[in-house]
Amino acid sequence: MDTMDEIKQTFFQECEDLLAELENGLLMVNEGYGDSETVNSIFRAVHSIKGGAGAFGLDELVDFAHAFESILDEVRCDRLETTGEVLKVLLQSTDVLADLVQAARVGEKCNTERTQFLVKELNLLASIPSNKETVDTQRPQEAIDENGLDFQPVAIDLDTCTDGDASSLPSKKIFEIAFTPKPSLYSSGNESALILRELSQLGDRKIECDISRIPTLDAIDPEGAYLSWFIKLETDADEPAIREVFEFVEGECDLTINHVTTSPLTEEGVVPEAQIERQEQREVVEGRSPVETENQPTQTNSKVLTAPKADEQPDRRTSGSPATIRVSLERLDRLLNLVGELVINQSMIAQYTLVPGEASGSAVSAKLDEVEQLTREIQDCAMTIRAQPVKSLFQRMSRIVREGAASTGKSVHLITEGEATEIDKIVIERLTDPLMHMIRNAVDHGLETPDKRLEKGKPEQGTIRLSAAHRSGRIVIHVSDDGAGINRERVKQIAIDKGLIPEDAQLTDAQIDSLLFMPGFSTATEISNMSGRGVGMDVVKQAIHALGGRVSLVSRPDHGSTFTINLPLTLAVLDGMVAQVSGQTIVVPLSAIIETLQPKPHDIHGLGSTARVLSIRGEFLPIIDLGHELGYCEDQQDPLKGVVLSVETHEGNRCALLVDSIQDQRQVVIKSLEDNYGSVPGIAAATILGNGCISLILDVDSVVNRRAAA
Amino acid sequence: MPLNILAVDDSQTMRDMLVLALAGAEFNVTLAENGLQGIHALQKMNPNVIITDINMPVLDGFGFIERVRKGDKLRAVPILILTTESAPELKQRARNAGATGWIVKPFDKVKLISAIRKVAA
Repeated sequence: MDTMDEIKQTFFQECEDLLAELENGLLMVNEGYGDSETVNSIFRAVHSIKGGAGAFGLDELVDFAHAFESILDEVRCDRLETTGEVLKVLLQSTDVLADLVQAARVGEKCNTERTQFLVKELNLLASIPSNKETVDTQRPQEAIDENGLDFQPVAIDLDTCTDGDASSLPSKKIFEIAFTPKPSLYSSGNESALILRELSQLGDRKIECDISRIPTLDAIDPEGAYLSWFIKLETDADEPAIREVFEFVEGECDLTINHVTTSPLTEEGVVPEAQIERQEQREVVEGRSPVETENQPTQTNSKVLTAPKADEQPDRRTSGSPATIRVSLERLDRLLNLVGELVINQSMIAQYTLVPGEASGSAVSAKLDEVEQLTREIQDCAMTIRAQPVKSLFQRMSRIVREGAASTGKSVHLITEGEATEIDKIVIERLTDPLMHMIRNAVDHGLETPDKRLEKGKPEQGTIRLSAAHRSGRIVIHVSDDGAGINRERVKQIAIDKGLIPEDAQLTDAQIDSLLFMPGFSTATEISNMSGRGVGMDVVKQAIHALGGRVSLVSRPDHGSTFTINLPLTLAVLDGMVAQVSGQTIVVPLSAIIETLQPKPHDIHGLGSTARVLSIRGEFLPIIDLGHELGYCEDQQDPLKGVVLSVETHEGNRCALLVDSIQDQRQVVIKSLEDNYGSVPGIAAATILGNGCISLILDVDSVVNRRAAA
Repeated sequence: MPLNILAVDDSQTMRDMLVLALAGAEFNVTLAENGLQGIHALQKMNPNVIITDINMPVLDGFGFIERVRKGDKLRAVPILILTTESAPELKQRARNAGATGWIVKPFDKVKLISAIRKVAA
């Protein structure tokens, strides 16, 4: 990746933050909390996106951002009131802007129809006549027509002033230029000497300095401008190129440029550059009294150092956003890994100090306890660095709700709770699509139409509640709606029609609800453009399972449905049950374990010559002897001597895993085996336990499915 | 002697672009993320040229330029505004605040450096 690509990546990352800021700001204004700083930050967000997009030649994005920004400028200057109608357009524009950013990121074309429609809406709001601004001739005209925009970024063409455009004008021309700076020219940091120097680069020139206006010393204003210049320039360049030299001082000087056709300049007529500079220096020396120049430095110090400080503090407080730093995930992973190693080493040392017969309260072990405490804290800290508040994720959902409400004609209010709850960044990223789908479902299928709601005596506006919370070391996310609830008769009928269940199946409510998660199930009678995107709840379930999470559903007729997603805090660490299997230590992911039990003789039933099943509450689970399965021992173990872990795969297949004993339940740092060794069937990864032993983490799905296939 | 440049912009992208364009033997670039940071930076350095964005949080470009011009130490330092705008009123506002000139975004390296050369002593 070259530097420019890296900067581009930074830009897209920055865009994400800016879009979130933009949407958040607009929502604040929508809810009546927005103040002028909110509006300013909204404007800045769009403005920054436009600026960056321009740098990378993302014209579509630039054009749209400009149209958007123009309206926001109107809002900012109180020329446009943020009525509901205006905010609706602004929020829709935010969505389009996000789409354009995403399209630019992946290098695709965006839906131009929608973009054009919103540009029209925006222009309507502004009622700005088209083509107000200068049009850059380098841009193709079609692009402007296509987007219906009136903006073209105008780039200053400084090349013409350095090179001179020789190709267009082969013959040399002579110009007479009269240049009289006003005092304001100098106070804005411009220098007549530099302007003359730049002018000299256009061709041969003869410069005369008029010093006649310099007053006597006592009448001199140190800030005054008393010198004028008369320049005769022989050049290939034309008048605009000469005016370009004076671009920054236009209005701060008297300037006349005449094209003359007199004879070329003579050699002697040319004033060497050094001389011009000397003249300029003289002006500076003469222009300021010695007393003034001597006094100024002391004033400078007091002003610069003290004056700004007085009002700095409030500025900082109003800025609000905490300072942040971008760090690549790779580095964080490394840190987390190292901290993991540290924890392991620390506990190994602790075990060495436990010398038999020695009192445990020795000074060394007391200090080691402190070290342990500290390493745990470091570990916690390192993990929280990867964590991000779910706010950004939730903010995206407000867009989904808006779009859904618009396309279905329903009125929906989204309530979000627990936005500050932090989850691993990767989890947030991978949770976006499933959550979007669930929200779409809630709007599309969950909530009734306004008419039906009124009939049922419910408020016309439906409510979707999205909440996140930490619960016993895991994250719980609820998506609930106050809609009609699951229509169980219909769900069951569809499942029968699709052959997912037998016609005479007797199912409990919970079992019917779980049909929704079956592959190939889709309840929409006609595919709506909202949720009917070929993705069913089974995909949602899979995605959540892949994150080590679970999803469940509770529904009450006419009261609505609640989906609950239960997730681990991070992907780098896993909650596992440490079990002993044929003398080996194996970690079984806790998320797969439903229960553990010690089987009684009447629970075990033989099936064929070797297979055995476990009877548990009327259900029969095949017993898998883990030691045998993983090849640790030849013979199958007696189930009555071991412990059984009842596990469930992502697909819902259940099995009873037979292990020797359960040692512990703990968090383990996941170490990839595939990176260093290769893929091992039945094994997901490895970890190092507190006593320094390496332990394998079981891949429950692969073990169970392998048995099912056999 | 390399030129000391103070570049003030709230966008990481723009700061990266400026560094990329100006990095090299000719320029020492100091960065600030907003006007106030720029003011702080100026207490520790003496730039030959200041480049600043206009729309920034905390202290915007206009405020920043005004404050720089208030102090005598830097009343004559060239200040270029970095902006996507080409509106004359914006340039006028920046000029009233004390800006020396402007660079219109998107800029390329050549344009940027010529604009700096145009105002740098």
